[in-house]
Amino acid sequence: MASVKEMRNRISAVKSTQKITKAMQMVAAAKLRRAQNAAQDSRPYAQRMASVIANLAAGVSGDGAPRLLVGTGSDQRQLVIIATSDRGLAGGFNTSIVRAARQHIDGLLAAGKDVKIIAAGRKARDQLRRLHAQRLIETYEVGGNPSLTVAEEISQKVQALFEAGEIDVVTLFFSEFKSVVTQTPTARQLIPAEVAVGAPPIDLKGAAYEYEPDEAAILSDLLPRNITTQIFSAMLENQAGFFAAQMTAMDNATRNAGDMIASLTLQMNRARQAQITKELIEIISGAEAI
Amino acid sequence: MAGKLNFSLVSPERELFNGLVDQVDAPGSEGDFGVLAGHAPFMTALKEGPVRVYNGGAVVTYEVRGGFADVTPEGLTILAEHAVEAI
Repeated sequence: MASVKEMRNRISAVKSTQKITKAMQMVAAAKLRRAQNAAQDSRPYAQRMASVIANLAAGVSGDGAPRLLVGTGSDQRQLVIIATSDRGLAGGFNTSIVRAARQHIDGLLAAGKDVKIIAAGRKARDQLRRLHAQRLIETYEVGGNPSLTVAEEISQKVQALFEAGEIDVVTLFFSEFKSVVTQTPTARQLIPAEVAVGAPPIDLKGAAYEYEPDEAAILSDLLPRNITTQIFSAMLENQAGFFAAQMTAMDNATRNAGDMIASLTLQMNRARQAQITKELIEIISGAEAI
Repeated sequence: MAGKLNFSLVSPERELFNGLVDQVDAPGSEGDFGVLAGHAPFMTALKEGPVRVYNGGAVVTYEVRGGFADVTPEGLTILAEHAVEAI
């Protein structure tokens, strides 16, 4: 059995670890609140955007429809965007996103499709570098707070690839923030645009919509923006989910450290007691021997 | 003039304004326009410029860049790529 001094050192080491995890948990909780508000504040925009697109999409169809909306008619060349966080220590948060994406990619590869990958977040890159290094075409870093600038950069890259005819279908993977305890890895198709079926049509009370300049022009302006918005809102959802996952993970770590301290303290006390008993026996048997 | 106009101004980051106002002037891509309550449904792209919100004699101005105005019987929604309250 380890000596009492060794045990005391271990306990103090675990205690300082516990202090760190406790601090991280509290920081994550504070940041979570902000990230949650940011995610909520971005929803009105995304929702209105979706309902406007649904409205417009119903009007345009056939050959004149923009390709961002209807696609190229092929699904051979796939682009997968995987949005994760830059940092770790958040339990299975990033792993579960990447796992969902990897299953999707494996399915596509098995079906003989060409797959390209964009990693939005350092953790996605780290986890994909080993298996899909040659498919990974670009990596972006999310930074401290999701910014529209990064979302725009990614969106422009995607559109450039699409315009150049290098990709047909674009799917975005991220973690949907359902609640503090549930974040679900989610896939969303960006190109061809998924038109929200559930969006309620706007009641015009018999009047006809007027468009300036015209429907097609508005739609072709709106669809690229929609891609940016979708990426941005995915990043915001991720951010909120990340802090929630980190908070939970750090809470568990703090509790585990507590359990460990308790069991180590018990062991230490036993060892100390055993040592005292041993010394007593030595004294008594020494006294008897005289 | 009938009632007030339900106006909301949203940017990707947040909702900047949501409430009842008298009138909103906005820079449409084909020319500036004003919206009062009961405007006919219409939708337009926006160019860079000020959005003026008139309410009870007070005027609040927002600078917007890129986006859309959507007028429905329910009111006016402006989806702006970038929007800040002008000082």
